This record gives sequence, structure tokens and C-alpha cells, in this order.
Amino acid sequence: MEILENNLQKNNLLESQKLLELARVDSKILEVRNLSISCGGEKILDNISFSLEGADNLVILGPNGAGKSMLLKALLGVLSFGGGDVAVSGYIKWKDDVKIGYVPQKISPEKNFPLSVEEFFKIKKIKKEEAISLLNMVGIKDERFIKKQISKISSGQFQRLLVAWSLAGKPDVILMDEPTAGIDVGGEETIYNLIAGIDKEKKLSIILVTHDLSVVYKFADNVLCLNKKLICYGTPNDIVGSESLRKMYGEDVSLYKHEH
Amino acid sequence: MSINFVSLMSALFIGGAAGYLGSLMATKKMSLAGDVLSHVALPGIGFALLLGLNISLGALASLIIGVFIIWLLGMKTSLSSELLTGVVFVISLAIGFIVVPDHELLEALFGDIASVNYADMAMVILISIIVFLVARNIYPKMMLAYISEDMALAEGVKINKNNLIYLLIVAVVIAFGVKIAGSLLTSALIILPAAAAKNISGSMKQYSFLAALLGVVGAGGGVALAGIIGISAGPVVAILSAIIFGFTLAFGKIMR
Repeated sequence: MEILENNLQKNNLLESQKLLELARVDSKILEVRNLSISCGGEKILDNISFSLEGADNLVILGPNGAGKSMLLKALLGVLSFGGGDVAVSGYIKWKDDVKIGYVPQKISPEKNFPLSVEEFFKIKKIKKEEAISLLNMVGIKDERFIKKQISKISSGQFQRLLVAWSLAGKPDVILMDEPTAGIDVGGEETIYNLIAGIDKEKKLSIILVTHDLSVVYKFADNVLCLNKKLICYGTPNDIVGSESLRKMYGEDVSLYKHEH
Repeated sequence: MSINFVSLMSALFIGGAAGYLGSLMATKKMSLAGDVLSHVALPGIGFALLLGLNISLGALASLIIGVFIIWLLGMKTSLSSELLTGVVFVISLAIGFIVVPDHELLEALFGDIASVNYADMAMVILISIIVFLVARNIYPKMMLAYISEDMALAEGVKINKNNLIYLLIVAVVIAFGVKIAGSLLTSALIILPAAAAKNISGSMKQYSFLAALLGVVGAGGGVALAGIIGISAGPVVAILSAIIFGFTLAFGKIMR
């Protein structure tokens, strides 16, 4: 009798452990395991594994040509487009029903392209009122802005517009490909401050690709350093000043730990 | 000479559909393909004339083959689209000149609106409406892909599928446009109204509406004018559309 009870307890324990395991898996918004990408026989990414917890931010760091944009495209599931023989192996699993927003690398619409801001939102079936409130969120308060042509606004405003557009439809996670740090989005604010502000307000996950080390402390919970292979993966404090960063950027890495 | 009702109706509808399609030809790749496609009609016209078939059906057959060649090669190879369309263009012209009977070469090249009958007219009206509806359906997706292919893909837009649909409806419009403007000038029906509309539009809604409207005016006005003067319609349509483009260019400059 006693043995039986013991067994039962054991079983219960096992069950609850399983549940705990499940809950842990569920809080993950993204899991990537052993991801390798090669293009025309050349290895672009080699055996990358990482995961992202809900509401956490990940900064993907690496020099030019490290395969960062490729990784982002693989995460978006748009890698196979555009021909070329791209081979992908490994495992990318998003949380079920995940909504992904995407802010592409700097793009500029052709001169005289006659699409208005309002129509740009309409592509995503976003109504005027919602578009205005999204624009408000990225600091564009002028209501006439919505009537302007997207080819006639400044590149800073266009960056803001792309961020607002990516926020439409309440995404769980936003993927950003090298938002240009130097770009003038108005006043003192950089595009990173803007995103950090929205992040605080909205409890989003952000995956941000950059080669700019200084971004890391602004909003990374985790940092993934990439140079075709996974160089390092951890919290900002773990990786900044580590041997691996020197390995990636060469000797003269001069970034000091911020004391928060 | 007088204005023929059947010709005029056909021109009005095909002009509107062609103009509207032209406003979608926002990407360089697409506009090149559209330009070249009208010449791809030539071999088909030639075979149709030899076999005594309707030239629009002949044109459509060779256009659909051309569309698939351009689309497949564009998707599967990394060759530049300029090169691909250039090759298709030259081959089509060469085959066309061999196949088209000498005494009908002018008609094939510049169109012969007088050969349009009631059945053609009914077909043109139906086709124009279908083309308009299909184009309106893929319009926003194509705009997004034009701004950024990655953004469009991330939103689940099937870019290759849309491009194929677009090329196919362009092929259909050209197949019926060749009777009005001929294989050399049909691209004018598609390119010029949109180019003119772009000069004076502040939004995509205005742009697509004006492109269709100017297409109607250019094609309809051209056919009417050609009827009155008593010359073939194609060149008159092209010249009138070019004049409209000139006006909008000047007007747009003044407005800014």
C-alpha cells in the first residue's frame, strides 16, 4: 500500500515536471536549432542555435557579410524567394499563431511613386483612424501626414513610417534589419530610442540585426554574435568585453560595460 | 471616312483596361516585360494570318508562350531581365517577319481597326472588364512588393504568382489591342497613359483612375480622329497619347 502511494506520488511528480517543461516551452516565442544555410555551395550560416522568450529582445550582432540578413530572412521564411540555390537545414519553430512585424533594411521608394501614406496602410487593411494612432506612436503627430506621398517624405520620416506599419495588426515580435542609426528621425531621438520606447510600452519581442555594438545595451536581453558561425550567445554583460567579440571584430573593440 | 461605332467601342474599353494595367507597371522589370510582350504577338499574328484565324487568338497564343518563357527564366536564373526580354524580343520579331505574309505586314505591325467586327467588340468589352477586376485584386499586393519584396513576402504575398497573373492579363490586353494599334504600337496603349497620369497624381487612387481615363481618351480619341482623317488608327492613338503625356508633364511642372 505504502509502495503504491509512493509510486503515485512519483507519478504526480513526473506529471508536474512534464507540465513545467511544457510551460517553459510555451513561453518561448522562437526556437532555432542547428540552422545551417548555404548558398551556391558556400556556407553562409553554420549550425546556429538559439531561442527567444516572449517579450525578450535579441540583438543579432556581426560584421558585414556575417550572414545576419540571411538569418533574418530564414526566420521570416522568405529565403527561398529570388532563385539561386539556397539550401537550408535545421529547425526553426515559431510559437503557434505568432504575428511577425518586419522592418526592412533602408529602402527608399522611387521618386514620384504616387502612393500616399494612407494607401500604404490600406495595403495592410488598416483604417485611417488606426493609422493615425500608429503614426502618433512613432512620434508623427501631424494629421496631414497621412495624405502625403511616401516618396515625398524625408528618409527619417519614412523610417518612422515603416516602424508604424510594422506595428499594425499587433504583432508579437518585430524583426528589424539594420535600421540606420545615423538617420535623422527628428530631434535628438535615434531610431533605436524610438524602438526602445515602443518596446517598453507594448511588451513586444524585438529581434534586431545590426553591426553597431553600441545598440546592445539599449535593449538587448540576449545577444547573438555571428560570423557565419555562432561566435557567442548570452546576455550583454556576458558577451561585451569577452574574447569572442575580439575574435569577431578584430583587436580594437572599444566598448565599455555600462554600469546600470 | 467616318467613325465606326464598333471600332470606337473596342478602343474605349481596351484603352481603359490597358491604361489601368499600365499604372501597375511600376517596376522596371515589369515595364520592360510589358514593352517587349507586344512584339511577341507578331509571330502569332503571322500564323493566324497564314491559317486564316482571328489575329487576336493567334497573338494570344504566342503571347502566353512568351509570358511563360520570361516568367520562368526570370524566376529560375539569375540572368538580368533586360537580357532575357531582349532575347525573347529579337527572336519574336525575327520569326514574326518570316511568318507574316508581306502584304499583311503593315496591318500586323500597325493594326487595322477596320477589321474589328461585332463579335470582336463583345469579346473586347468582356475581356476588358475581367482584366480590370483581376488587376484591381492584385493591385495592393503588387504595390507592396514594389516597395519591398521582403516586406511583401513577410506579409504572405505570393510575388511570383502575382507577377505571372499580371503578365498574363497584360498578354490578354495586348492580344486584343493589336487589332487597334498593331504589334509595334500596342505598348503605347499601356505605357503612355500611366506615364501621363503619374505626372499629375498625388495618390495611387488618382494615379490608377487617371491612367484608365487617359487610356480611354487616348485610344478612343485616336480611333475617332483616325476615322475622320481616314488613316490607320495605331499611329494616331500613339501620337495623341504622347501629346497628352506632354501636356501632363508641363501641367505637373507648373503645379509643383
